[in-house]
Amino acid sequence: MSNSPLLQVSDLIVEFPTRSGVLRPVDRVGFDVRAGEIVGLVGESGAGKSMCGSAIIGLIDRPGRISGGEIRLNGERIDNLPEERLRHIRGKRIAMVFQDPLTSLNPLMTVGQQLIQTIRTHLPLSANDARARAIGLLEEVGIPAAAARIDAYPHQFSGGMRQRVVIALALAAEPELIIADEPTTALDVSVQAQIMALLKRLCRERGTAVILITHDMGVIAETTDRVAVLYAGRIAEIGPTRNVLSTPSHPYTVGLMASTPSTTGSLHTLSQIPGSMPNLRAIPKGCAFNARCGKAFSPCFQDIPVLEPVEGSEVACWLYDPAYQNTKETSGASE
Amino acid sequence: MLAFIIRRLAQALLVLMAVGFVSFAMFKFMGDPVENMLGQEATVADRAALEERLGLNDPIIVQYVRFFGRALSGDFGVSYRVGLPVGEVIMERLPATLELAFLSGVIAISLGFTLGVYTAIKRDGYIANFIMTTSLIGVSLPTFLIGVFLIWLFAVNLGWLPSFGRGDTRSFFGVDLAILTVDGLKSMILPAITLGLYQMTLIMRLVRSEMLEVLRTDYIRFARARGLSQKTINFGHAMKNTLVPVITVTGLQFGSIVAFAIITESVFQWPGVGLLFINAVNFVDIPVMSAYLLLVAVIFVTINLIVDLLYFTIDPRLSVSNN
Repeated sequence: MSNSPLLQVSDLIVEFPTRSGVLRPVDRVGFDVRAGEIVGLVGESGAGKSMCGSAIIGLIDRPGRISGGEIRLNGERIDNLPEERLRHIRGKRIAMVFQDPLTSLNPLMTVGQQLIQTIRTHLPLSANDARARAIGLLEEVGIPAAAARIDAYPHQFSGGMRQRVVIALALAAEPELIIADEPTTALDVSVQAQIMALLKRLCRERGTAVILITHDMGVIAETTDRVAVLYAGRIAEIGPTRNVLSTPSHPYTVGLMASTPSTTGSLHTLSQIPGSMPNLRAIPKGCAFNARCGKAFSPCFQDIPVLEPVEGSEVACWLYDPAYQNTKETSGASE
Repeated sequence: MLAFIIRRLAQALLVLMAVGFVSFAMFKFMGDPVENMLGQEATVADRAALEERLGLNDPIIVQYVRFFGRALSGDFGVSYRVGLPVGEVIMERLPATLELAFLSGVIAISLGFTLGVYTAIKRDGYIANFIMTTSLIGVSLPTFLIGVFLIWLFAVNLGWLPSFGRGDTRSFFGVDLAILTVDGLKSMILPAITLGLYQMTLIMRLVRSEMLEVLRTDYIRFARARGLSQKTINFGHAMKNTLVPVITVTGLQFGSIVAFAIITESVFQWPGVGLLFINAVNFVDIPVMSAYLLLVAVIFVTINLIVDLLYFTIDPRLSVSNN
């Protein structure tokens, strides 16, 4: 692994102009992904995880747009590329896996046609070579009798098998980075682990980096090297997965961990974080989490905290700001 | 597949029998055929004799079965007005209507489909918006008004095209067709546009909304995320997925082009079955009217059958052999 990161996202802002004002589903998000690394983006629905993924691959639906920050792939800026240049990055260098394998595949084309089309878009192969490669890919993702199944239509595969086909499609041109947007959410629990293991193995073998978008802390724990916890479009905490999960620092991460069932710990009632994530139209002043945080104190209602190093991770929370180390104990109050 | 076809054919027969009953009932309730045939001076005995000879004293069901059986073999009786067998009269007129419907169908489908796809892909473009606005005219103007306007513009003022009639015809396997001669083709242009304009705008708007729908689906998003070219996505992936609903509506529309060419044929004095039907109505020529009704039903049923079969060739999910 080289030291310069494969993907650098810095101060990324995504905005959606609406009639009632401009919404910011992603607000100054920054993180790096090194070659071969698996980075998790975790958070509740609407936290901006998927929007980050769409922004990186340049597929934000209109009228949304990237209005600030930079995305660099191997040092080259890709957030402002024209569509035609971006198209050659998509699939070839950055691939994406979506949540629902049932709807990700074109129902009227055989999986082989879709694979061959994708392969030939990016690689200079003849139709026969592309077909051989497609069969090879299907074998690699664990489709039994791949040579025969290649001419089957998506509806002839089960959900888990279809997600394998989707992964084969994502890997078709050997991308350097795969963005997996909740790749197992739509699958049976028994199949989820298989798919995650497959994705992890294939990417480790090829040195492909992965951005894994999920709300499942278990998947994060098992799969990722580093994790970024998103809340209301911002990163609340980012760091090595083991570090973040074993010693969560941000009160939101602490809450998330407490609300995740564990198989090793004793059985106890799961706690929940009171309230829900603020609507994008009504993000409170200061820290977006302030209304739900049991430890909120005066600065949390004034200013937005920025990421600061805390115990090997980076945390955006006033609790860890040196200036307030003494005051927080006395003035702690929650809304 | 075979079972499906047989099932559909059986359904088609049921539909035809129901429509057949309506056209049979026309004889019973619209005017009195016996009176028409005998005139006012006939005696009661004459009437009774004729009724017996025509089988009018048999039970309704028997009469209906007899009627339907004859209709199946193409025997619809004799036209009151021209005194010729109805089947002959209709067959003589049918090619004119079919070729007109064919040309306007081709115009409607090709133009409607192209414009629909275009307006969907360039959904915010000026030209697309202009086309969409103009298409409202096509949907909302009545057919006869469009016909009269086209005559006024191209026949009366510009003098480019004839305003009525079928022009020269050329025989093709014993069928006289205007579409094969330049003069005939010129005569066909205005009625074909008139007949097809509404269908064209309808198809265009349908294709557009279906296409927009498909372009929002996950598999299109995934196709874009794989870096496929916009052309491949639009024409290779999206267009085919819009076909199933579009073919349904287009098929039905083609049926109505044939069936309801009446207005256009009247405006342009096109010698097809529509004009024949209008004349038949004026003369209460019931055999012709009833045969026309059945003919329209046959056309609709046939087109529906073709549409159903087309589904299978487009959408593999419908094939029974799912393994």
